[in-house]
Amino acid sequence: MPADTRTVQTADPLRLYERELPSRLLLGTSRYPSPAILEHSVRAADAAAVTVALRREAAGERAGQGFWSLVRSFGVPVLPNTAGCHTVREAVTTAHMARELFETRWIKLEVIGEEDTLQPDVFGLVEAAGLLAQEDFQVLPYCTEDLVVAERLIQAGCRVLMPWAAPIGSGRGLNNVFGLRALRAHFPDVPLIVDAGLGTPSHAAAAMELGFDAVLINTAVAQARDPVSMAHAFAQAVQAGRAAYLAGPIPVREMAQPSTPVIGKAFLG
Amino acid sequence: MKIRLNGVWRELNGAAHAEPTVASVLDQLGYGHSLVATALNGEFVPARARGGVSVRDGDRLEVLAPMQGG
Repeated sequence: MPADTRTVQTADPLRLYERELPSRLLLGTSRYPSPAILEHSVRAADAAAVTVALRREAAGERAGQGFWSLVRSFGVPVLPNTAGCHTVREAVTTAHMARELFETRWIKLEVIGEEDTLQPDVFGLVEAAGLLAQEDFQVLPYCTEDLVVAERLIQAGCRVLMPWAAPIGSGRGLNNVFGLRALRAHFPDVPLIVDAGLGTPSHAAAAMELGFDAVLINTAVAQARDPVSMAHAFAQAVQAGRAAYLAGPIPVREMAQPSTPVIGKAFLG
Repeated sequence: MKIRLNGVWRELNGAAHAEPTVASVLDQLGYGHSLVATALNGEFVPARARGGVSVRDGDRLEVLAPMQGG
């Protein structure tokens, strides 16, 4: 069975800009109990890519160097973010710094607009995405499920979108299934990655069954009691959800429909 | 002269006649060959340009490195 599942996966790669990735689970690298558990979680997740960030480095500290060496050893593509940026200028400058440090044109663009929910500032996001796309970045914007915002981001040059499921780290799952389904239907050819708010593998499977192309998980794995086992569970859920989507789920009905044929049924009354 | 390094005021020493650059400030502060990216007053300064960008009294220098992120 695992061999069959794997075949489905490799025959059905995730395409992000010009890159093809063999898995549909992206993993964040933050909040793990230790670097070793992070490493084992990345492997257990069969992660398509890992997200990273930038922080202030004190002279002589070299903490960043050690972390970067570890991430490079994973051998998976790196997706830097602009976490913590609240303005267009901060996000654009951070993106340039990330491109130099991590040597990638990918940028997971975050422009945060509200502190309690970490909801994106979608107006700043569209502006920053346009500026970065003009400078040859490949922008993956962290956005809401709003159709008009999505359209604007695509017009700004984004070829991948990362709508939230729920606030970052909340573990609430798909807060707005209707909105996410509408987004998927409206942009059938744009790779859509559900980012933020997933708590359990069933949430990830649900997102994949809706037809989303991938999910990004961080807190739900890193803060689980056993992150490595949870990473593996998410990987299985993502595979199951994708396979189910490709297999074509039945439509939901209001009334019962007998699954056992009634023709030829004995009359015993 | 003083600059704000990663949000903290730092005194720089140097010859009064020579205007320091981002590269010379990084050396003086002990970053050496650390893997870092730099921004001066909110503007990205590419590594290859650090030797040609002057640092003046009161400037804000951000020195960032890779870290964990989601």
